[in-house]
Amino acid sequence: MASVATTRVPGPSSRGARRWLADFRERETWYAYLFILPWIFGFVALTAGPMVASLYFSLTDYGVQQIAGFEKTSYVGLENYRELLDDPRVATSLKNTFVYTVMTVPAKMIVALSLAMILARIAYAAGFFRTVFYLPDLTPPVAIAILILTLFNGSFGVVNRGLELIGIPGPFWTTDPNWIKPSLAIMSVWTVGGTMVIYLAALKAVPRQLYEAAAMDGAGPWRRFFNVTLPMISPALFFTFIVLTIAGLQAFTEAYTAYFGAGSTGAEAPDAALFNVIYLFRQAFEFFNMGFASAMAWVLFAIIMVVTAVQFVVSRRFVFYQGEKR
Amino acid sequence: MSSRLKRSGLVLALAALCVVVAASMASAQPWESGTAAGPSQAGKTLTIYGLGGRDDVAQGRLDIATKVIEATGAKVENPVGGFNDQAFLARLASRDIPDLVHMGRDSVGTYAARNALLPLANCIRSENIDTKAYRAAALAQVRYKGQLYGLPEFTNQITIVVNNDAARKAGVNVADIQTTNWKRLKQANKKLLAQDGGRLTRIGFDPKIPEFFPLWVKWFGKDLISKDGLKAQLNTREAVAALAYTVGLINDHGGWNRFKAFRDTWDFFGRNNMIAADQLGAFPIESFYYNVLAEGNPVNITAKFFTNRKGGPITMLSGNAWAIPRGSRNQDLACKFIKAMQSVSSWKAVAKARFDLRKRQGRAFTGLYTANTRADVEIFEDIYQPMGNKQFDDAVALLVRAPRYAFAVPLSPASAQFRQAWVDGVNRVLEGRQSPRQALDQAQREAQKAIDDAK
Repeated sequence: MASVATTRVPGPSSRGARRWLADFRERETWYAYLFILPWIFGFVALTAGPMVASLYFSLTDYGVQQIAGFEKTSYVGLENYRELLDDPRVATSLKNTFVYTVMTVPAKMIVALSLAMILARIAYAAGFFRTVFYLPDLTPPVAIAILILTLFNGSFGVVNRGLELIGIPGPFWTTDPNWIKPSLAIMSVWTVGGTMVIYLAALKAVPRQLYEAAAMDGAGPWRRFFNVTLPMISPALFFTFIVLTIAGLQAFTEAYTAYFGAGSTGAEAPDAALFNVIYLFRQAFEFFNMGFASAMAWVLFAIIMVVTAVQFVVSRRFVFYQGEKR
Repeated sequence: MSSRLKRSGLVLALAALCVVVAASMASAQPWESGTAAGPSQAGKTLTIYGLGGRDDVAQGRLDIATKVIEATGAKVENPVGGFNDQAFLARLASRDIPDLVHMGRDSVGTYAARNALLPLANCIRSENIDTKAYRAAALAQVRYKGQLYGLPEFTNQITIVVNNDAARKAGVNVADIQTTNWKRLKQANKKLLAQDGGRLTRIGFDPKIPEFFPLWVKWFGKDLISKDGLKAQLNTREAVAALAYTVGLINDHGGWNRFKAFRDTWDFFGRNNMIAADQLGAFPIESFYYNVLAEGNPVNITAKFFTNRKGGPITMLSGNAWAIPRGSRNQDLACKFIKAMQSVSSWKAVAKARFDLRKRQGRAFTGLYTANTRADVEIFEDIYQPMGNKQFDDAVALLVRAPRYAFAVPLSPASAQFRQAWVDGVNRVLEGRQSPRQALDQAQREAQKAIDDAK
């Protein structure tokens, strides 16, 4: 008994490590690592490295002098994080970002799913319409920003002209702080081509027999949609939900170009369009507070991680994976 | 081939790849004080960064200055592209520091305070650059803590352009479109603006805020910041009054939203600009805009001074400057280049070329307004001739005199944040979120904190 008690039983981790090392006896293992080496290098040098560096910078007074090597970088502890709390624009930018994300994610998902369902039913010229719906995704974000200012102009924009035709006085989309985020959100829905393609592939993968069985059981179109289609494409919906949420929380180009960059003088930049990444960029590259900007980046990263974790937890109740035991 | 040999070959290939990767990483490391990546020793190369839009005036002087440098045996490397903070920081970080930069004068203080620019005292002395010939207000925009960190190029003085046709149609006397008497200006503004079916079709008087807010505060003789650039003065009684008045001019049009939405539809730089299209009654604007008007569809304008409350002319200058970054390896060549770009003879040569070009094209020559007073005098005495277009000839006569009445917002160690503070404050009032007093109190707190943090 005693000998049994004192014998070291290899744990799963050491067994795993041994197996991992043993794999190197195989030529294929070497090939595999050779092929993924460029990616590993890219990840370490271009993603993980800068991330670790920014974590360090967020604890320092890193700025122009330190970038150029004229002065040493000083450790300031959590000072930059404390200043985030003191700066009301950080809270404003976060609020703007959340509101924009809440507006865009459901809107994009609903529109993309609607388009995908139409395309899934089209038998004639489906390829043509797929291309047409996807084309806006190829439009450069900077061009979209200029389009926003043109189409949504409160005085002479096409959108308001259209609304006037049906008797609705349009708002000042691009100047009224209450309408700036909705106009950006509406315009973002224009570029749902990528999401639509994912949904289309998911819809095509739903077995027809399920619809036939549901129909035989007396299920109508809505019932079939909610009880067959949605559960069967729920992994795709969940994937896009996560990706679109992250993209929403990182929104930058359109709003920056329209209100802070090339599309404007920058002088009349409204607070309503100040998204978190825009403020981060301005702190870093206009005001040169790199430490502060790095701290902002890490707070945003933490927020994205928490939001994504919550989404994963909640998704367990709603996402159905084929072959999964529940 | 045995499997062992094959494996050895694979290991060697991996090792070689690692060496290549390591070598490429090593070469990406910052060089140490001239050990690598420096200019060729056989002949120096002056690297310039930030000279963007190259019209005939810029290109002409660039050619002259390049010849001066090439005469010393050195080369000039001067890629096209305007100054961009992000790109400049990347160059500083990689120690690929340009020898000379062309940047906005409002950025000079921010970089100087962060030790990224060299004071030009030695450069000025060694090249015998006569700084007394420069406009005092333009020099003030590149002076930080008593030292010059740049040499200014243009002045971009602000004057008022009146659309005579709009004034006639509205029954407004052009003499009433002035800034001395604010009550009269407000009345003129209300008459000049035009609407059609509840939609603006012409703005009366555009006060151009936030951009020109310092000019409106100067109407009282006050500045937004102390002369040493260390004390914000954004919430003075005068600043609050200036903001309330100018926002009132905009609100006369039905509020900021209507005003800006209409203004955003203008073809600002086009042939059918807002004056040519009768979409604007009058506005203060920088001198470069007379070129736009001269090249566009026919206009009927009057140029006037922006005046203070006593009726005296005032104007605000802006523009770019040449500066030498700390770490420049060819400071002597950089100084030579600056001097050649800004010498009176260079300015005159390009002014003559432009005058001749405009004459051949049958278009108005609206002058060159440099930060060098001597160059300005010689250009307008020796080269400029009235073109027979009275409006533009009168405008030129006004623009030549305007810099005498110029002021500049003094540099602060946090110029960008200081500016952002008052711009945001003005915007909050325009959007109706705060009163002028509340907005400028907040701006004052933000600006002073930024300055204190950057000191």
